[in-house]
Amino acid sequence: MSVYFKLSLAYLRGQMQHLGSFAMSVTRNLISSVGDALRLVLLGVSFGAMGRWTGAQIAVLYGIITISFAVASALGAGLFSFSGVIRRGDFDRVLLRPCGTLTQVLGAKFDLTRFGRLTTGVVGLAWGIARLDTPFGAAQAAMTALCVFSGVLLFLGILMIQGGACFWTIEGMEAFNAITYGGVAMASYPLEVYKGWLRDLFLYVIPLGCLNYLPCAVLFGKTLPYPLFTAYLAPVAGGAYLALGLLVWRAGVRRYRSAGA
Amino acid sequence: MEHIISVRDLCVHFTVRKKGKTMFSPREKTVVRALDGVSFDIAPGEFVGYIGPNGAGKSTTIKCLSGILTPTGGHIAVLGRVPWEERVRHVADIGVVFGQRTQLWWDLPVEDSFELLRDIYKLDRGEYERTKARLVEAIDIGELLRTPVRQLSLGQRMRCDLVASLLHRPKILFLDEPTIGLDAVSKLNMRGFVKELNEKEGTTVLLTTHDMDDVETLCRRLLLIGHGKKLMDGTVDDLRRMAGTKRVLKATVGEGKVTLPAGAVLTAHEGRRIEVAFDPEALPADKLVLHLASTAGLTDMQVVAAPLDETVAALYRRMAEVEA
Repeated sequence: MSVYFKLSLAYLRGQMQHLGSFAMSVTRNLISSVGDALRLVLLGVSFGAMGRWTGAQIAVLYGIITISFAVASALGAGLFSFSGVIRRGDFDRVLLRPCGTLTQVLGAKFDLTRFGRLTTGVVGLAWGIARLDTPFGAAQAAMTALCVFSGVLLFLGILMIQGGACFWTIEGMEAFNAITYGGVAMASYPLEVYKGWLRDLFLYVIPLGCLNYLPCAVLFGKTLPYPLFTAYLAPVAGGAYLALGLLVWRAGVRRYRSAGA
Repeated sequence: MEHIISVRDLCVHFTVRKKGKTMFSPREKTVVRALDGVSFDIAPGEFVGYIGPNGAGKSTTIKCLSGILTPTGGHIAVLGRVPWEERVRHVADIGVVFGQRTQLWWDLPVEDSFELLRDIYKLDRGEYERTKARLVEAIDIGELLRTPVRQLSLGQRMRCDLVASLLHRPKILFLDEPTIGLDAVSKLNMRGFVKELNEKEGTTVLLTTHDMDDVETLCRRLLLIGHGKKLMDGTVDDLRRMAGTKRVLKATVGEGKVTLPAGAVLTAHEGRRIEVAFDPEALPADKLVLHLASTAGLTDMQVVAAPLDETVAALYRRMAEVEA
């Protein structure tokens, strides 16, 4: 763990050598996520509410999913750009050092620029909670925190699968961005506004709905069209995806070492 | 421990898929035998040169020995461990320098990279400081410590990379073309240091290189591989004997055409000066000299050992012909 922090810190110090481009990417990230948030606010203003959901409730949905993804993508930034590590042959260097491969790859990059997105997520969540018309006490806060934490695990799992896939494809797996960025955009709204397979996709296959839609529905006293226990599945979904990610990663490392790609 | 490195019947086969003629025709698979049954042992404290033409399997062997690559077949024990089975413990005991690639953090000052390695290898602070001070002085990089790696010249970077690979005091050092692209002074310094490391500290060194001066000044033992097979295990002299051009006769002769006896090869001819390569075991020197004296009017002569570069070039050419 300490190696992870030292590596991340080293990366950040390296980044500070190029302050201009660092400032640029923070700004770019902030602008794009403010854009996301604005779109949401505008929708909220013009329609007031979406189906059975108020603007404040939607802001909570948005906050949970956005914070989860921002934290996971800051931690897992090394996995986004992992195809380059494979292509340049830098993974050899990772294998030559006496510590875990994931520790090194995650530590190789800690993306502070993602804090732009984190900020809008936190603001959205705080604003939403303040304007809720249902009680929000310690129990609800704990539930929300658990959802965010599970979300970080789930997105980290997806990123590990995305990075691990590079062991087979060498090429970057931009297709995964549709799942992550697209999924975050989708799950910023209550999933019940979508119909059919799209909703099922984000409930059963990539269970982002378990992180915010299902628990929040119960939290806000809505009737769930699903069994009650599904509102508490966030940690299960997060743990399962993290485990899947680790499996894919390990299989990938084994493949690399037997192919010497 | 008798052998610090032991390699038995090492095989690495890659499956290469060639694209079919059209998008839909089945892709052809060919198996490339990068290593095909290589065996050798290395005793503690040896300095071994690992040579062979491009694509012979040198890097593949280093990758297997350092635990990066799991071979298709065969067995390796390094310090009694199977590298790819106990990667983390194995790599803590070895040092690896790739001439073409840096191990350092590109944007950080050299010293910060060393600090990170201290954390990664979990080195004791006091011992690390002592080792670092000794290496920095021996390799003379004191002035470079605060410079970001990306601003270093190739020679400076190689020196820093060498220090980085030795901070954890490895028992074995793998050097993969460490002098590639270095100027004459840097090369000499690098050789001097590595030689001293081997002699004074007893560090076992395995060196792959195309630089025959490296081989001649450093390696008491040579392993030659080609097409994935071990072709020779011996000394520099053994290599010369194998190549068959052990000696060169440099001579000044009279005007006119020069004829040579069988077994001698004319390698240079400028005006009245000639160079003739020959193997004294096949063609004794007296026969060659008598022949030249009686046919070409020998006025001056000198017999020297053939330059290793040419010897090896001749050998590699022959290996390529056998392949063809």
